[in-house]
Amino acid sequence: MSSAGALLAPPADRRDGDLRPGHRSAGPGVPGPASFGGFVARAAAAGRLVVQPRMGFADPDRMRAGLAGTRSVAAATVGTLTIDSYTRVGDHAAARAALAEGVPLNGYPIAAHPAERTRAMLDGILGPSFPVQVRHGSSRPEAIVRALAAAGLDATEGGPVSYCLPYGRTPLAESVTNWARACELLATLVPDPGVPHVESFGGCMLGQLCPPGLLVALSLLEGLFFTRHGIRSVSLSYAQQTDPVQDTEAVRALHRLAAEFLPPETDRHVVLYTYMGVFPRTEHGARRLLEGSARLAVHAGAQRLIVKTAAEAHRIPTVRENVRALRTAAASAERAARREQPPLTKPWSAETADSEVYREARAFVEAVLELGTDLGRALRTAFARGVLDVPYCLHPDNAGRSRSFVDSGGRLRWAETGAMPVVPYLAPGGARTPLTSDGLLAALHGVAARYDAPVTD
Amino acid sequence: MRRRSLKILLAGTASDSHTWNLVYLQLFMEEQGHRVTGLGPCVPDDLLVAACAEPRPELVVVSSVNGHGYRDGLSAVRALRSAGVQVPVVVGGKLGVAGRADPAQRALLLDAGCTAVFDDGDVEALRAFTAALAAAPAPTAPRAVA
Repeated sequence: MSSAGALLAPPADRRDGDLRPGHRSAGPGVPGPASFGGFVARAAAAGRLVVQPRMGFADPDRMRAGLAGTRSVAAATVGTLTIDSYTRVGDHAAARAALAEGVPLNGYPIAAHPAERTRAMLDGILGPSFPVQVRHGSSRPEAIVRALAAAGLDATEGGPVSYCLPYGRTPLAESVTNWARACELLATLVPDPGVPHVESFGGCMLGQLCPPGLLVALSLLEGLFFTRHGIRSVSLSYAQQTDPVQDTEAVRALHRLAAEFLPPETDRHVVLYTYMGVFPRTEHGARRLLEGSARLAVHAGAQRLIVKTAAEAHRIPTVRENVRALRTAAASAERAARREQPPLTKPWSAETADSEVYREARAFVEAVLELGTDLGRALRTAFARGVLDVPYCLHPDNAGRSRSFVDSGGRLRWAETGAMPVVPYLAPGGARTPLTSDGLLAALHGVAARYDAPVTD
Repeated sequence: MRRRSLKILLAGTASDSHTWNLVYLQLFMEEQGHRVTGLGPCVPDDLLVAACAEPRPELVVVSSVNGHGYRDGLSAVRALRSAGVQVPVVVGGKLGVAGRADPAQRALLLDAGCTAVFDDGDVEALRAFTAALAAAPAPTAPRAVA
């Protein structure tokens, strides 16, 4: 086995704190050994990509089995409690009713189960070598934050914009207030030595067809928002899009902007999501896309990867399917890491040259920060004026004047930018054609079609 | 045959935050000449009922893909029918978490007042349904047709 391979091979009992400590940031933000950020930092220092499923079941026994399955994978894994949609929208009565009726939910109703039940579900599984993150999608996260803290958890994700605009109808102003309070609440409710961690979902807006510059900017701005509301450990997200080169630029731009704009004492890492759009329907297509995302994570320097399963195009995946996806991603990351020098800790801020994605993202970030020192207010103003404008987003607080497309080379580009501080892309001599339902469908299915195609080489 | 342009109300269900299905369906039905008002995702029952008051739609299309479509759709159609909304109401998409259509759930949705239930991706059935509706005489007083 090569030395890089030895570095990446899991120890016999990798859960006994074998990952050596060490992290580039210093000061009060250094994450403790029992924290989510600390675990990811130790894995990165050991050259290992953390892989994580998206997994949520209503039944605590099944949820426990899912976490145990995740933990058993011979890789650096963290667990996930994905919360159900009723809890996400604050309809706790519907979540309780569904539990009582035995109607399957699409996630774990953390506020409907008593805290003792969730603690018992996590007992013996949650720990320094296996942190668990609560994932939801709520623009009204207070009940979820209270429930996760009561259950002994300290890591979640979301954001004032990314958990409002594309996915609901809560007014942006209300979401901003809710998320400021949720961050402050989490910082208050988690006892020492826990280090509350919040991940920005901003790199995933709509899942697909949002040009990376805007995704990167939103993720950075939300990460900054968290730090201004008492959170000292954050992760910035980015969802794999249509072009590996553009995606690499995006992940590196996140690192560089984080170094430039986040408080230096803030613990941070970058999380990549395996493609969030229409997923390949074939087993080989889904596997190739997943493996591509793991390679991208390692090559671009993301420290954590949220995986998808081959079942994703059809239904909510089982525990077994999630475990298989984690193994596939970890193996692909390990192969990629053998080729990458140096490993995941390289200082991106110094290394990364200007890229198109970085320049675009920086234009968005600067335009928002110029709107005032209160970042929540600045974000609201930015959307009200169309300075930030998410394409195809139906929310009333989004200007709705921007449009995107995939160019002939595979990069995601702006077709229309409204009042945003970036310019539309003009193909050489190309006139723009209006988007039709067939055209939209083709764009939405482009990645799936490419990966589902038979392998020819 | 001359077809009317239908006034269509398009909505996601109360707990469903997905929007690509809604963006697509709006374009799809507009291209057939219909006038579509999109309510967006996460539409609670009372908002759906209120949106049917004025101007009255001639068809309500409820689309869901998050696995709660059956339960949420049932609640939505019951709310519409108990509020006296009489126009056709159709529900479609991924209605359960199992990834396949459930005949029993479909029957319950129809019993509760759904005019039609469409499987995930069955947009041709939706096209045929709206075409038939648009070819039928207007249910209200005669009016000029473009």
